[in-house]
Amino acid sequence: MGSNGQIIRKKDLNFWDRLYIPEILKGLVLTFRQMFKPEITVQFPEERFTPPAQFRGRPVLVEENGVERCVACGLCSRVCPALAIEVQASETELAKERFPIKFEINMVRCIFCGFCEEVCPEEAIIMSNEYLLVFNNQQEAVFGKDKLLKSAAEMHDRLEFLRQHR
Amino acid sequence: MELFIVAAKIVVVLGVLLTGAALTTWAERKISAFIQNRVGPNRIGWAGIFQIVADMVKLVMKEDIVPKSANRFVHDLAPMISLTVAMSTFAVIPFGNTIEIAGQNIKLMVADVNVGVLYILAMTGMGVYGVTLAGWSSNNKYSLLGGLRSSAQLISYELSMGMSLIGVIMIAGSVRLDQIVLQQTEYVGGWLPAWNIFLQPVGFVTFLVSAFAETNRLPFDLPEAEPELVGGYHTEYSGMKFGMFMLSEYINMITASAVVTTLFLGGWHLPFAETWGLSPFTLALLQVGTFAAKVICMIFFFIMIRWTIPRFRYDQLMKLGWKWMLPLAIANVLVTGLVLLLTTN
Repeated sequence: MGSNGQIIRKKDLNFWDRLYIPEILKGLVLTFRQMFKPEITVQFPEERFTPPAQFRGRPVLVEENGVERCVACGLCSRVCPALAIEVQASETELAKERFPIKFEINMVRCIFCGFCEEVCPEEAIIMSNEYLLVFNNQQEAVFGKDKLLKSAAEMHDRLEFLRQHR
Repeated sequence: MELFIVAAKIVVVLGVLLTGAALTTWAERKISAFIQNRVGPNRIGWAGIFQIVADMVKLVMKEDIVPKSANRFVHDLAPMISLTVAMSTFAVIPFGNTIEIAGQNIKLMVADVNVGVLYILAMTGMGVYGVTLAGWSSNNKYSLLGGLRSSAQLISYELSMGMSLIGVIMIAGSVRLDQIVLQQTEYVGGWLPAWNIFLQPVGFVTFLVSAFAETNRLPFDLPEAEPELVGGYHTEYSGMKFGMFMLSEYINMITASAVVTTLFLGGWHLPFAETWGLSPFTLALLQVGTFAAKVICMIFFFIMIRWTIPRFRYDQLMKLGWKWMLPLAIANVLVTGLVLLLTTN
């Protein structure tokens, strides 16, 4: 393809194009210049990559004023394609009336698709920017409320991003 | 004494060659990384320079798998042929002028063969036996295709390689490599060193392209074209036998660089160094350094080409070899002969 999109047939090539050598030299100059550009590698164990707000890391529950936003409607559990979420509802004296007495995400099953975040009516379950998940056994991989709860202030960037782009 | 000098030369050259091959693999990985904006090996030693030691240990420790239906004897023999041929080609390269140590005039080449150019052509031609036998004995269709491609490629490029050298031989009037280098230490018009790259530009280009094809390097690495042939001729090799093929590829690269340097880039000749009034011993050392620097530049060029140009298609390779390179090389011989006839009379 030429620079303005038309296909160059073989008969259009002139003598120097057919000789290859000038084109090869041009390519060599390009690769040589490329050598002096800064490398983009992140040296992982020493350097950590901080993902931007649009990154879908592990799902977390948003906590506001010491209480989770979740009303235990169970939509996330229904939509989860990997069947990773388990919710058990209970009643509370607060204005929201319902809360999850048990909220577990099996992180071995989770596929980070973000459907739970999309379906949630309360903006209670959102994807964080954490991507380092290591478990020694299956039991450890089941995250309960203790591991899932994160304060709204902590998740501010993601919440802003969701408000702007959803 | 004579025997001791030869033995010393062999040990030194072989040591430098093997260390050089190891460093070349490191350099290739590093340079390719820089070209692709990566870092490359950087864990073992300074900038990962001892990575090759770790790789060697890994290769030696690995299980040596021979396919059930392979021809075991030939399967073992093939990498040995490859490595032996690769290492022995360097024997005739003059890497310096004569040097005087303890009253002995030592010629800086391992074997002073009077048919040096022919020896190089013969040995590089032998290298294909390793590849073809490896492909055949593995009893694997991909390996066999790789081996066949290698032999077809060799036939196509050996001709133009030999033809492009005839011009150089005509100018030097000798097939001795030291004679060819000595002829290049003269000057054309008092300022331009009479290197064959200036006297034989067409021969240089055709020889260089043929050298790429001979060493099975990209853009002519069809015998091991990964996207089509898995691993080509060394698909069925593992452990140190695979390592031997790898090593011979890099030794071949160094040898090809050295041959190009000797025949076209003036060998150990550093322009105008003989007029600086240095002592003969310093001058000889300087010339050895010059030779090494030229070879390193050529290796760098080999690596740059590999990471710049995509692989040729098989028919393109054949077309380039037979329809472009061979006529070009023959025309070069004719023109050189004509010019020599007109200028000497």
